[in-house]
Amino acid sequence: MVKLMNETKTIINNGLWHNNPALVQLLGLCPLLAVSNTFVNGLGLGIATTLVLAGSNASVSLIRNYIPKEIRIPIFVMMIASFVTNIGLLMNAYTYDLFLTLGIFIPLIVTNCAIIGRAEAFASKNKFIPSLLDGIMQGIGFSIVLCLLGAIRELVGQGTLFYGAEQLFGDWAKDMHLSFYLTDSKFLFAILPPGAFVFLGLIIAGKNAIDKKAKSRTMQKELVNE
Amino acid sequence: MIQSSPFTKKKNSVAELMLWVVGATLLGLAAQVYYFGGGVIVNIILATVTALATEAIILKLRKRPIKQTLFDGSALATAWLLALALPPLLPWWMTVLGASFAIIFAKQIYGGLGNNIFNPAMVAYVLLLISFPVQMTAWLPPVELAQNPASISETLSFIFTGQGSNGLTVEQMRLGVDSFSMATPLDHIKSELSQGYRIVELKESPIFSNLSGVGWQWVNLGFLIGGIILLFKKVINWHIPFGVLAGIFITSSLLYVSNPDQYLSPLFHWFAGATMLGAFFIATDPVTASTTPKGRIIFGLGIGILTVLIRVFGGYPDAIAFAVLLLNMAVPLIDYYTKPRVYGHQNKSRNGL
Repeated sequence: MVKLMNETKTIINNGLWHNNPALVQLLGLCPLLAVSNTFVNGLGLGIATTLVLAGSNASVSLIRNYIPKEIRIPIFVMMIASFVTNIGLLMNAYTYDLFLTLGIFIPLIVTNCAIIGRAEAFASKNKFIPSLLDGIMQGIGFSIVLCLLGAIRELVGQGTLFYGAEQLFGDWAKDMHLSFYLTDSKFLFAILPPGAFVFLGLIIAGKNAIDKKAKSRTMQKELVNE
Repeated sequence: MIQSSPFTKKKNSVAELMLWVVGATLLGLAAQVYYFGGGVIVNIILATVTALATEAIILKLRKRPIKQTLFDGSALATAWLLALALPPLLPWWMTVLGASFAIIFAKQIYGGLGNNIFNPAMVAYVLLLISFPVQMTAWLPPVELAQNPASISETLSFIFTGQGSNGLTVEQMRLGVDSFSMATPLDHIKSELSQGYRIVELKESPIFSNLSGVGWQWVNLGFLIGGIILLFKKVINWHIPFGVLAGIFITSSLLYVSNPDQYLSPLFHWFAGATMLGAFFIATDPVTASTTPKGRIIFGLGIGILTVLIRVFGGYPDAIAFAVLLLNMAVPLIDYYTKPRVYGHQNKSRNGL
């Protein structure tokens, strides 16, 4: 039981922090950088990616013993593609505006290497429950970075937050719009791709700084204990 | 003082080199002030103060010696070159944003002077250009053509409040009838060519002179003379400026010969926009340029060729900044393939390639 708890804890920690797909593995950067120009776009793509990741991890783990090793990659890709198709149709039906905004990046989730990476590295070697959990946690870790990056770029670029929330949550969400400053000339750098690279770099640097601090603190504790 | 051998001439210190670079821009700067008003001086002051303050703060955060680095003149040169490239009536906070971005993101994040890959002044310029294209292309007409040139108080009012004494912004006045602000010659040609005009027709516009644009040719001549002084003082080598000017000459000659109605003459390209400032002062940055003699010529040629190609076929009227940054990226590769042969060793590059 304790072992199971520990395993669960490790999976959660890895997904959200120590092995975060966006900050540590640096996988799936293309959609991460392209779509994160507002918080809502980031959240929308984050949710879609999480669902696909959970589904693909779970199903890959279920049939992991029946897949011939030589053709595993095409099989993974087909399974991921069918999940992406489902998600795409769902978004088309329920969040049509967001579907239009995200455009080509929804079908492109298939090529997100974070997803096939998890299928290959984790789901094809682990049981159902851990794989499902790993998919969800990696997805949430990815989504958090997407949302954070989207929020920063939106705030710096055009001075708003949660703009376009109604595309995801329905009309009531128009009240969520926050406007921090008004400007005639948007700070285009933050909205265009170069801003995504710079801010992602800053977020990664921030994470590394926190890790370093934590490490030196534990080392100090060990020294005191000795 | 008695000294033992070897007796070598004292090499210029970093601060001395940087001061020479700044001093050599004065002629071009004077032309800029004469033709486009005192706004550029305000920009220089703003950029310099910001750059020095930012550098001090970052050095403090990084626990590095502040005094020594702060007064080596490199931040001053960065701010100075950036301000020379900015339009005279740019709102103050854009200049401040650009100068601090140059120091923090283009220089200190890479580890400070000597470690940066990209030319800090040009990184800041490109940041501002892609972020605020409207403000960054709003130049004043040269003084000879201005119906009501901006006074000093008017200039300050535009920079610090964004509005002139009549409460209009630069962009609003550009749309108005009084031709208060005006496109630069390169900008003008780019937009008119897309309307189907020919170069000969365009050249009749009063903003053009014998060499290039009114005012612009003198600004460029000023920077050319300053650059030649730097060459004689051995602050810079001839390789890079030669490469840039040759690259521009070759590319624009080929285009010009193929169709003089569509393409500008090589001389025009030489004396328009930021050509001379770029060739002698910006591309020659010792940190971010190639370091081998052969490599420097290739580096310069690349900048010249790309500048003309982007000016003619790209979306922006001038391209020195983009060309310099692109070639900065290529510097490690250029240096690798142009390593000089060490005496006693075989020429490896011939076998290796």
